Amino acid sequence: MFGIRPRQKITQADWKGYMAQQSQLASNPAIQQFFGTSLPDPETPISKVPMVALDMETTGLDERRHAIVSIGVVPFTLSRIKLAERRYWVVKPPRPLDEASIAFHHITHSEIAQAPDLDEILDELLAQLAGRLVVVHFRNIERPFLDAAVKARRGEGVLFPMIDTMSLEARLHRQTLWARFRRWLGRPPVSIRLNASRRRYGLPAYQGHHALVDALATAELLQAQIATHYQPETPLKDIWC
Amino acid sequence: MDVELLEIRQHMGRFPPFDGLSDDLLDAIAEQVEVSYFKTGSSILALNDTLNDLCYIRSGAVEVYRSQGELYNRLGEGDIFGHFSLLRNHKVRLPAKAIEDTLLYFIPKAVFQRLCDEDEHFADFVELERPRLESAAEQQKKSNDMMVTRIRKLLTRYPVMVETSTSVQLAAQQMSDAQASALLVIKEGSDNPRYSFKDSEGQTWQMCGILTDSDFRTRIVAEGLSPQTSVGEVVSSRLITIQSDASVYEAMLTMLRSNVHHLPVLYRQRPVGVVHLSDIIRYETHSGLYLVSNIFNQSSVQGLARLAPDVRAAFVRMVQEGANSQMVGSALSTIGRSFTRRLLEMAEAELGPPPVPYCFMVNGSMARNEQSIVTDQDNALILSDEFNPEEHDDYFYALAKIVSDGLDACGYTYCKGDVMATNTQWRQPLSVWKGYFQDWMANPTPERLLHSSIFFDLDSCYGEDLFVETLQDLIAETAPKSPLFLAAMARNALNRTPPLGFFRTFVMEQDGKHNNSINLKRRGTAPMVDLVRIHALACGSKAQNSFQRLNDISKTQLLATGMSDKLSYAFEFLCMSRVRHQMIDLQEDRLPDNNIEPENVADSERHTLKDAFQVLSNAQKFLKFRYPMPAQRQGR
Repeated sequence: MFGIRPRQKITQADWKGYMAQQSQLASNPAIQQFFGTSLPDPETPISKVPMVALDMETTGLDERRHAIVSIGVVPFTLSRIKLAERRYWVVKPPRPLDEASIAFHHITHSEIAQAPDLDEILDELLAQLAGRLVVVHFRNIERPFLDAAVKARRGEGVLFPMIDTMSLEARLHRQTLWARFRRWLGRPPVSIRLNASRRRYGLPAYQGHHALVDALATAELLQAQIATHYQPETPLKDIWC
Repeated sequence: MDVELLEIRQHMGRFPPFDGLSDDLLDAIAEQVEVSYFKTGSSILALNDTLNDLCYIRSGAVEVYRSQGELYNRLGEGDIFGHFSLLRNHKVRLPAKAIEDTLLYFIPKAVFQRLCDEDEHFADFVELERPRLESAAEQQKKSNDMMVTRIRKLLTRYPVMVETSTSVQLAAQQMSDAQASALLVIKEGSDNPRYSFKDSEGQTWQMCGILTDSDFRTRIVAEGLSPQTSVGEVVSSRLITIQSDASVYEAMLTMLRSNVHHLPVLYRQRPVGVVHLSDIIRYETHSGLYLVSNIFNQSSVQGLARLAPDVRAAFVRMVQEGANSQMVGSALSTIGRSFTRRLLEMAEAELGPPPVPYCFMVNGSMARNEQSIVTDQDNALILSDEFNPEEHDDYFYALAKIVSDGLDACGYTYCKGDVMATNTQWRQPLSVWKGYFQDWMANPTPERLLHSSIFFDLDSCYGEDLFVETLQDLIAETAPKSPLFLAAMARNALNRTPPLGFFRTFVMEQDGKHNNSINLKRRGTAPMVDLVRIHALACGSKAQNSFQRLNDISKTQLLATGMSDKLSYAFEFLCMSRVRHQMIDLQEDRLPDNNIEPENVADSERHTLKDAFQVLSNAQKFLKFRYPMPAQRQGR
């Protein structure tokens, strides 16, 4: 995706140790609480892992210049997506919206005018994420934006392991021998965007660009990916990043 | 209502029993659903699982089995399952499996209970045990379907919407692309709170008006306006709308009252579609037509097979709306023929064009246009006389096989008597067929005719109609002059008799499974069809439908005056009883069959049925006298 600047690669070497360490280092109570809630062991079968699908709409693609405008979360497991426990927030970005950015998220000035700052809902958001494995489609938006936004408000960031349904799709369609062969032939790469990926699993098309609908769509996609390419027993460490 | 849940509630709102729910109840469901994905072949409910939710199919397909493993039902998008166990707090009795990649919505038990408590229609839909014939019969009479069907059910897509600044030319192009006959004109902002709404992406809009095909004529072309005129300049500010949970009847009244042909349909303030007068008319009169066009849009046997529930639904609706047996029979036959034609088209696409011309002939109830919902397939191939078995038969066998297997998959089970084009004997050139018929009529014995009488109901379904017409002509010409043949047919027609002491001493079939019921086909409609066929053959009628045959017979002296009317009436009543009981079977989620259970027969129906059986019985007695075994044959 163009417009995304290259970032330092965050590897999964030792998420458990990292989380424990952060919990020691954290001074903000909400963040301390977040890191203190232990995540499932990397060996846990994916069917036993509590998860939460997260999606956010932003004013652009660069967390240094752009901001979050809405966040949707839907808790789920491999067997059930709990729509009743969904949460959705519109938040007010610290910088005023420019017209061009509306193209990205479709949330209007008037809605944002009444919205709270992210800081006000942050404790609630972190409580929703704590102890659950966060699932996103394309982690290079959610991860840096959340980290930067929390850092700006609480003086310390939050980085944590995620399951990225887009990178799972990339493993299947972009990194195989067949994919390289296709590229060599000059064929266009298989689309791994959310709706295109869903179509491959027979999932219905949803109207996009709403953080909660996209979070739901991401949760469904992960269920389909695991059912198709993995096992319920597949350990978490094979899937997260 | 959260805009993010629209996706879910709108989907459910299109399917029964949810289509009858108030918007508030629909919201309550959408709030609470849980979602899960099932890969093709994976188990959804296993025998004796504990069940806590009603299952709703958002996409994909599911098969439900009886505990012995026999297929109970095949379900598709918008169908529900699990309600029987849920109602009775049972463990799962009917296991379910995904037969395609499937996305399910689970509706928690508490919500399901609330729906049953608060919506009578929903409770009726999901409840199995209910002495309901009486109420069903009553309802059939008084409740007009238009009063209860909500208008949103007629919507098939989102409205075409353009902003006020769009040029009329661009707007017209968008309408053409979407094949819409009207579009909604919107603008940003909310000066008029009555028509302002948020789209799924959260932006606020307001609806300014509607622009229809005829507006393009009267307001733009007739006025000589430039194609670059903006739609905002020509749109009328008069806006008449209807809420999505209003009834079809209300929508019709609104159109009449305001003299408009298009109505924007709103969910709260948000436009969700536009209905046109023709949508309502079509809904009212030709619901089977949608199904037929849908059949011709399918490109695979699986796709066709998935329409089987729609056939049953169309059947139930027709009966509920008071269709008579002729309408039901001809609609189901049309549907059956459409399946057959589509399968033949698909077979030809696969096998290439036929090497010699052929006619795909249908027999039995489909030929008579009297098909019921419980039916098997009876068909045959008449090939051109250029047919050369060594060279061509592989093709036609393959063709017959594709059609026969396809029909079986669509619910038209294989013919037990092997009257199918896959049988070499029934896949022959026209000259051989002529020989068959000549032989049956010239050298009849009751035994030989027992299995060939089905061919005396014959009609073309696809291909060279002329081949079947040739045979029909041959029969009409020869049969009246063949007393021996008529006598043999008459004797066979007496093999099945109606019950007589029906009123209190029900005659029941003693085959175990249905020992408490009577097979209305075997003991009523089928002997009647046989009887009518003989008179029709005797008078040289080329009609295939029993009512048309009776009409032809009434023009002759074969029967006493008024007798064919009486037979016609009795036949209609027998057919309708059968149809009604099949509808009840379907509504109670039983496999429909030809049996009726005495306890489900209302008193009035009992009396009339008894009369109908009496008419049939007398007519059978007359048959013996009318077509006796010729004496010279017996003497020889």
